[in-house]
Amino acid sequence: MGTRVLLVEDEANILEAISFILSRDGWEVHGHGNGATALDAVARLTPDVVVLDVMLPGRSGLDILRDLRNASETRNLPVLMLTAKGQAKDRDLALSLGANAYLTKPFSNAEMVETLRDVAHGVSLNGAGLPDQGS
Amino acid sequence: MTQRSAPQRRHALTGSRIRERRTVMGIKQSDLARAVGISASYLNLIEHNRRRIGGKLLVDLARKLEVEPTALSEGADASLFDALQAAAGESPPAFGPAPETGRIDELAGRFPGWAGLIASQHKRIAGLEGLVDGLHDRLAHDPVLAEAMHELLSTVAAIRSTADILVREPDIEPQWRGRFHRNLHEEAERLSARATAMLSHFESQGGRQGAPSTPQETVEAFFDAMDHHFPMIEEAGAGTIGAILVGVAGMEDPATRTLAERLLRHYAEDAARLPLKPFLAAALDSGFEPEPLLPMAGGDVALVLRRLASLPRAKGAPPFGLAVCDAAGALIFRRRIGAFSIPRFGAGCPLWPLYRALSKPMVPEASVLDLPNGTTFRAWSICQPARAAGFGAEPVMRATMLLRPVEEERAGSGAQPVGPGCAVCPREGCTARRMDSLVG
Repeated sequence: MGTRVLLVEDEANILEAISFILSRDGWEVHGHGNGATALDAVARLTPDVVVLDVMLPGRSGLDILRDLRNASETRNLPVLMLTAKGQAKDRDLALSLGANAYLTKPFSNAEMVETLRDVAHGVSLNGAGLPDQGS
Repeated sequence: MTQRSAPQRRHALTGSRIRERRTVMGIKQSDLARAVGISASYLNLIEHNRRRIGGKLLVDLARKLEVEPTALSEGADASLFDALQAAAGESPPAFGPAPETGRIDELAGRFPGWAGLIASQHKRIAGLEGLVDGLHDRLAHDPVLAEAMHELLSTVAAIRSTADILVREPDIEPQWRGRFHRNLHEEAERLSARATAMLSHFESQGGRQGAPSTPQETVEAFFDAMDHHFPMIEEAGAGTIGAILVGVAGMEDPATRTLAERLLRHYAEDAARLPLKPFLAAALDSGFEPEPLLPMAGGDVALVLRRLASLPRAKGAPPFGLAVCDAAGALIFRRRIGAFSIPRFGAGCPLWPLYRALSKPMVPEASVLDLPNGTTFRAWSICQPARAAGFGAEPVMRATMLLRPVEEERAGSGAQPVGPGCAVCPREGCTARRMDSLVG
């Protein structure tokens, strides 16, 4: 069984395309399209890594990230954020909230696979890092 | 060394201006000295700014030199002097030698046209920089545009990923190939619709493209940057407003500064009526519910709503949004909050209790609002006079709406369906709709 990744993305065709390429790369892929229930999906599926879109129906990806970092069980869960090109504010906020890396849409499949591998292996990218454990 | 103010520096150059003027008129130093009843050596000291003069001697010299005394004592027009000084201060260091700031009067006196041009171009550059900042702010913070851009780029991302698979996976199974072809078609259609909608959005704002950033936008960006909380005012009152605005981008524009000062004075009035410390303590006790806080404010509902929206998040206050509109329904103040889009331009959703309050003055309303994006907000609203009415004067009515996101587990049934404003609202069949939505 490959590394388990949860894709939280509401665009069905992005979800399908990414699921396809990650499955071919050996990942165990689970997709989820609603921000409001994303935390339930994390609790249920216990993924090794989460790919989280910023703009989601029901709840912002940034709010979900904040909750993940505030919960002891998911504080260190690797998270790759998907932001839109030009939305530097979202990107900066994601990093400050503890995202391990971000990709800006539109990204290439190769970028996605490579970045996700790094994030899953504990490499913090884009200058990101996990929040101080003591804070 | 003691720093002198600009007026002091200008006054200290009175002698230089006398010398400059005398030279231009071709008058000998000894002749001018004799004409005003002083020695040539004393005039020499004056002209080298080693003796300060004023009163009758200044008036006499000015008369002989055929200028107003202030032209000698203060030199160039103060606003022109200040503008030139500011232009010199912001001169790029790599652009030739540093400006000779000690000779501004000489420049303005000898070349008034060029001096005026420099000053006006400096003002224009400042205006253009403000415009760029405003447009950047609009692109970065306009929730409607941000959402539209995100959707557009998501569609592009789907097309890119799907096309990449089709190109790079030659041995892909036929059923997968068929699905991805269909997805490509869907996304291309969606891209077309979204791009068209976005262009329509821009075209509808075409008249604004060349307009400068408005004072309201600039002040709003400032309030956002401060998270709508001003500790200096909380601690020391309205007297700190000037210090707060020092160095704030855009405040050099008089209209912007006037608006900022007015809003901060209102903030200070609110803070004086409901001081932070006891109000925050009571708000914490009440779970930041407005109702229990009303007695503290003498029943002034709008005051309580405004003060809740200005509480510091660092002290445990939850995220609040605030919208204030006038009796015409125009939004005159807003504090944006997450998924509840409050438009900067035009009106919001006619179903908002903010607008309903206008038809029911002095009747507070608490409601739960359900947005099309799946989020839910609690809303408290009131319409009341902005200030006490007088005999024979119509009250100025304003509606205020406080917003607070509802946590998932607390969201229940009975919420009122509302939207973010018709232009970006996807709700179909809404009887309150006044225009077609720009989003699919």
